[in-house]
Amino acid sequence: MPIEVRNLTHCYSQGSALTTVALNDVSFVAEDGEFIGIVGHTGSGKSTLVQHLNGLLKPTSGQVLVDGQDLNGEHVDRRALRQRIGLVFQYPEYQLFEETVAKDIAFGPKNQKLSPQEIDERVRYAMDCVHLDYEKYAERSPFELSGGQMRRVAIAGVLAMRPSVLILDEPTAGLDPRGRDRILTMLEELHEREHVTILMVSHSMDDMARLATRLIVMADGKIVATGTPREIFAREDMMTSIGLDVPAASRLCRALRERGVSLPPDLYRLDELKEHILRAWKGGKEEAHAE
Amino acid sequence: MQNESLIRIDEVSFTYEGASSPALSHVSADIQPGEFVAVLGHNGSGKSTLAKLLNALYIPTEGTVAVCGYDTRKEELVWEIRRRAGMIFQNPDNQIVATLVKEDVAFGLENLGVPTEEMIPRIESALSAVRMSKYADSAPHQLSGGQKQRVAIAGILAMEPSVIIADEATAMLDPSGRKEVLDTIRMLNRKKGITVVWITHFMEEAAQADRVLVVTDGEVRLSGTPAEVFDNVDLMQEMHLDVPPMTALANALRQEGMPLPAGILTVEDLAKEVDQVLCPSKSGT
Amino acid sequence: MLNNVTLGQYYPVDSPIHRLDPRVKLVLTIAFIVSVFLVKDASFPISSFIGYALLLGFIILAARLSRVPFKLLLKGLKPLRLIILITFILNLFFTGGSVVWVEFWIIRITREAFLQALCYSLRLVFLVSGTSLLTLTTSPIALADGIELLLTPLKKLRFPAHELAMMMTIALRFIPTLLEETDKIMKAQMARGADFESGNLISRARSMVPLLVPLFVSAFRRAGDLAMAMESRCYHGGEGRTRLRVLKITRGDLLACGVVAVLIALIVVEGRFLPY
Repeated sequence: MPIEVRNLTHCYSQGSALTTVALNDVSFVAEDGEFIGIVGHTGSGKSTLVQHLNGLLKPTSGQVLVDGQDLNGEHVDRRALRQRIGLVFQYPEYQLFEETVAKDIAFGPKNQKLSPQEIDERVRYAMDCVHLDYEKYAERSPFELSGGQMRRVAIAGVLAMRPSVLILDEPTAGLDPRGRDRILTMLEELHEREHVTILMVSHSMDDMARLATRLIVMADGKIVATGTPREIFAREDMMTSIGLDVPAASRLCRALRERGVSLPPDLYRLDELKEHILRAWKGGKEEAHAE
Repeated sequence: MQNESLIRIDEVSFTYEGASSPALSHVSADIQPGEFVAVLGHNGSGKSTLAKLLNALYIPTEGTVAVCGYDTRKEELVWEIRRRAGMIFQNPDNQIVATLVKEDVAFGLENLGVPTEEMIPRIESALSAVRMSKYADSAPHQLSGGQKQRVAIAGILAMEPSVIIADEATAMLDPSGRKEVLDTIRMLNRKKGITVVWITHFMEEAAQADRVLVVTDGEVRLSGTPAEVFDNVDLMQEMHLDVPPMTALANALRQEGMPLPAGILTVEDLAKEVDQVLCPSKSGT
Repeated sequence: MLNNVTLGQYYPVDSPIHRLDPRVKLVLTIAFIVSVFLVKDASFPISSFIGYALLLGFIILAARLSRVPFKLLLKGLKPLRLIILITFILNLFFTGGSVVWVEFWIIRITREAFLQALCYSLRLVFLVSGTSLLTLTTSPIALADGIELLLTPLKKLRFPAHELAMMMTIALRFIPTLLEETDKIMKAQMARGADFESGNLISRARSMVPLLVPLFVSAFRRAGDLAMAMESRCYHGGEGRTRLRVLKITRGDLLACGVVAVLIALIVVEGRFLPY
């Protein structure tokens, strides 16, 4: 179920003196099976963009096409389309409200008017996806869990609606390394095992380097670049010019090349960098032997 | 004789009411005047509990905490301690009391009973130290997260503290906000000699400190300079803590037999060392 | 949108009225309310007319000085227009009198009834516009200050004047934050298929649960955090506290008091010597 964004523009407080253009003529397509990372400075329009993708905000102009249908078009079952696009906001644990974890996760499926049996299946499925043991946690109050666990319950609440596309706005914000790793592993599995298309907004280039198949770089309400992480991270100057970092591995790669070490220009992962450095080192040793 | 410690934590244990196990057990540490000490640990490790013990918000169940020589167990000293040990908390929204920036900065001074005419210059200099002067008359909700945290710092600074304790002050900020706040604190540490206790789970922030204490399960497990602490890559990973990516890479390369020295933290460090191993002829340049 | 809500109706410009001490403005507003009631009622039409003319003159003068547009002042009357209308109609139909203007079936309108209806409605209009002028020219925070200081003498009777004002300040500080949060939670639940708009009253009330529970949880968490932050900054109640905002009575304040005193004197005097 591809999502196509066509010439999307969004202005806040339109018509007043305070009009701000949050999105300016944005176009892209998210194909099935992609893991798209959306990066940009705070205020670059990422969050506004994300809220358009399931119809929470209406474009000032332009279109969002889900499976070829205009999300804001007239004879469209908006609710049905929306349900297929799961949206996880920043700090989603702040939306928990039920007495038990299972009930909270069931909120979405209930709104979809599913049968009790289906709802139960969905809850079990979603808890499994976020690595929360059903027997252990289903009847616990979500408010007595740790921050990382609460966040996983909140994400399960969206997954229980079985979306084909999952959109996450900074899913790891505020978590410690352990909590962050759990969420990232879980997303990796969802993408690989359940074939869910994922769009993720994040400030962490290291997370992006680990997960994304494609990056969309935003600045001032526009898309300034798009490409694989390898292509994007090789353009360090472009990234720093809009106030973004590249992964530490990319910086090391560049620093070593500047010192005359022969390495490919576009390495961005620590593991591949390690291989290349070792190869250069062992190669160098053999050369020394040959001499 | 040793320097007079600014904060002396002696065999401190703390158990929350109704909790079965202690949040901190037998923690000891000394913090010297002018030091920048990072306390690194994951959520639930006890690091936030430690922060609150330093400001007499909590009183140790066992052991003693002394701030500037004042014992936190003595109730009559509470205000003396709190004015000297200022705290910044995690959520930028939940620590601003007033509806205008300058009035929030005034809050601590008002509590201390500072006369009005003395307040005004202190507020001005505190705001200018965190470079927020032009927002003096703004409402807090118009500011970014990083700016709100700087206002919170100014509010502490106006009280002329000896030490600032930041309890995950950057956890809810974006990268530029984090940098903004950490840079401000480091500048205050260097230029004004204010001691800093920086509680965090971000290793890249801890890497900038003079000294790092690693807290896990209520105990101090490691202590030393960032380079000394992060070289324990395996132990850090076992505690589910990150090490700087360059330290981790250096460690991995070392395990493959590459002769790299210890104490690598930054991209520059590693680039230099790798270059030296690959092209030994260049050494000295 | 929720985040465009302005706080109260404060109209932020600089004017002599805005600059008045909030305590003075509070007291003067009360004095103005009293003077509205001092105006003779419709049984003395001429005296009453002069009294209302004086009040009108005062309001116009104050509004001009305050640089608040009349439109805004009138807007303050809008929510009360029904009450004013009902007051007028009830008095018109149910007041007795001798000079009959209209009479058919059970309806009987007399000159006296008309004048009384007019009187009572005007009284409401003046009460509302007088207090609106106060809130339009005084920021909520200044009002809180003024109330605290006016109530300070009551502290001796253990009345928590400082705590009351602190509560008002904190409420004002957190209203924008909580509004923003409401908007966020609402969107998050809508993304899970929640429907806040359709259905009957009961189902709508029930649909608010997923909004209200998180909002309360968050408000309590914020309250806990804030209490700790305040304590760590040496907050220990109103005792021994100084203030950044010090209120000072200026010549403008004295002048304003004088004007209101003259207004009240005129109303009393003309009521006494013009018993028509």
